[in-house]
Amino acid sequence: MKKYILRRFIHMIPTLIGVSVIIFYLFALMPGDYIDSNRQITAQRAHDLRVLYGLDKPIIMRYFIWVKNAMEGNFGFSLKYLESVTKLINQYIWNSFIIAIVTLALTWSIALVIGVYTATKQHSLFDRLVTLGVFASLSFPSFFLGLLMIKFFGVDLKILPLGGMIDTGSTSTGLSYVLEVIRHMILPVGILTFLSIGSLTRYFRSGMIDALKLDFIRTARAKGLKERTIVFKHALKNAILPAITLLAFELPGLFSGAIITEQIFNWPGIGRLQLEALSFRDYPVLMTFTMLLSFLTIMGNFFADVLYAVADPRIRLK
Amino acid sequence: MLLANKHKLEPSKKRSETQWHQAVQRLLKNKLAVISIGFLVFILLFSFVGPFLSPYNSNDVEVALIKNPPSLAHILGTDDYGRDVLLRLMLAGRISLTIGITSMILSLILGTILGAVSGYYGGVIDNIIMRIADILMSIPGLPLLIIVGALLSELKVSSDYRLYIVMLMLSLVGWPGLARLIRGQVLSLREQTFMKAADVLGLSDRRKIFNHLIPNTFPLLIVVATLSTASGILSESTLSFLGLGVIPPTPSWGNMINAANNLIDFQKRAWLWIPPGMAIFITVVAINLLGDALRDALDPKMKGR
Repeated sequence: MKKYILRRFIHMIPTLIGVSVIIFYLFALMPGDYIDSNRQITAQRAHDLRVLYGLDKPIIMRYFIWVKNAMEGNFGFSLKYLESVTKLINQYIWNSFIIAIVTLALTWSIALVIGVYTATKQHSLFDRLVTLGVFASLSFPSFFLGLLMIKFFGVDLKILPLGGMIDTGSTSTGLSYVLEVIRHMILPVGILTFLSIGSLTRYFRSGMIDALKLDFIRTARAKGLKERTIVFKHALKNAILPAITLLAFELPGLFSGAIITEQIFNWPGIGRLQLEALSFRDYPVLMTFTMLLSFLTIMGNFFADVLYAVADPRIRLK
Repeated sequence: MLLANKHKLEPSKKRSETQWHQAVQRLLKNKLAVISIGFLVFILLFSFVGPFLSPYNSNDVEVALIKNPPSLAHILGTDDYGRDVLLRLMLAGRISLTIGITSMILSLILGTILGAVSGYYGGVIDNIIMRIADILMSIPGLPLLIIVGALLSELKVSSDYRLYIVMLMLSLVGWPGLARLIRGQVLSLREQTFMKAADVLGLSDRRKIFNHLIPNTFPLLIVVATLSTASGILSESTLSFLGLGVIPPTPSWGNMINAANNLIDFQKRAWLWIPPGMAIFITVVAINLLGDALRDALDPKMKGR
């Protein structure tokens, strides 16, 4: 097992290097930078600023300087927000995290319940409705669903806020602050849950159907065990074991922020920061964040593989 | 006896024909599949033939008609230049569907060839191709597309050319997953007896890959192609909504929804942005349902999952 983990860990390194090179070059390709977007600056001053930020050096040099700084935990300075990138990201990422973690908990618990239930009641009316719901969930463009919900609940019914994290000019503290944030979270969390629940429900349902067909379930039935014990104790364990690795893939999603949903709901999260950084050509922020996401994705894959090897010893031999 | 003789004459062709025939039969028995095919035919006709039937011209700018609500003359109202929304919806459909289908074909070609080569040769070639795929898959899709989209905006690519570049972008993001899937299939196909026979016959690698391995992945490819068209349409609409995909004056379903960014249009003039949104939704649902039905039809073991 140790050997497998080590091998899998070494496997990550070239991917990591490749990703960082691609992302770095992509940003280096961008014509124009933050300095260009200020029209009032003189050519001399612009040149001085470029020298100051090291933008006059060749790309390869800049890449190695960037790597060296990144190793020391220095990811550059946001030229728009006048703050270090790490501090800025840290400031916004938790707003995204709170939405993501609530969504994750809701999605997994609802999907598990519905998936298991529909697997035991295949071809029932409820099962058919769920199947349709799954397709709706897979096919809605997130921005359109967001807009529809804002229009319906926010504009027409006026029962939920249009966006943001707190009311404009709100000064509430303590419990009323928490309640206010929760009220603003209902729509974005609801939409994100709906959008991600489809594939997971399907996954649980088919996993459960497979598990119920296995030989030991027939044995359990022959022994005369109660159907409930069979479903929840014997089949469920087998059905959710592979799903645990899926949880590892959710890792980047917890911090990535939902770009579209945050934009539409004006949620002060990392996804919106990303689009804002883009429009101000604040590339250090954007680049660091893209790198962070890629890093988390690679780590997520790593954890998934390791978890899989823990769950299924046959994998380790390959 | 007669039947046995027939089989002797043309064994391989006959068998594969019946296989496909059976699959089509199974597909047509599925009510949802038939309904979604009907919808897709309607949407294709709506987008590609519809504009010829419209009494309006896509470039007619009519000041008196700016943002008129739906009426008998303009069933879906008019937009901010006084253009007929229904006609724009059809024209946008052309663009969105073309991008979805073309980007699917491009990533399918790339993914299939690279995946098959990778799985067939193994070793260094496999390592290189799969490493590149790994790297591309590790960069989250939407941020990557957004950055490339922004790059295009900086380069001031004109509206006419952007849609081609959006196609390329989507296929660039789409091929690695496909290549992995095909590679897995090829790895298991390679071990089968018919490939041993191909080896013994001394067929060239090219012939083995293109005539024997890839055709055997077709059932999987058809399903994946359908589903990736759906995701292509979704990605294009998202990018265009953010102003980073297809940009006006070229219409696309995504950039039509952009109208919702204007608060008054969003609240009071729903005809500007709800129809394109529904068009995306219906198209993608129909494609996804069809993909699912195709999977059931081509691989009956998967039925009901």
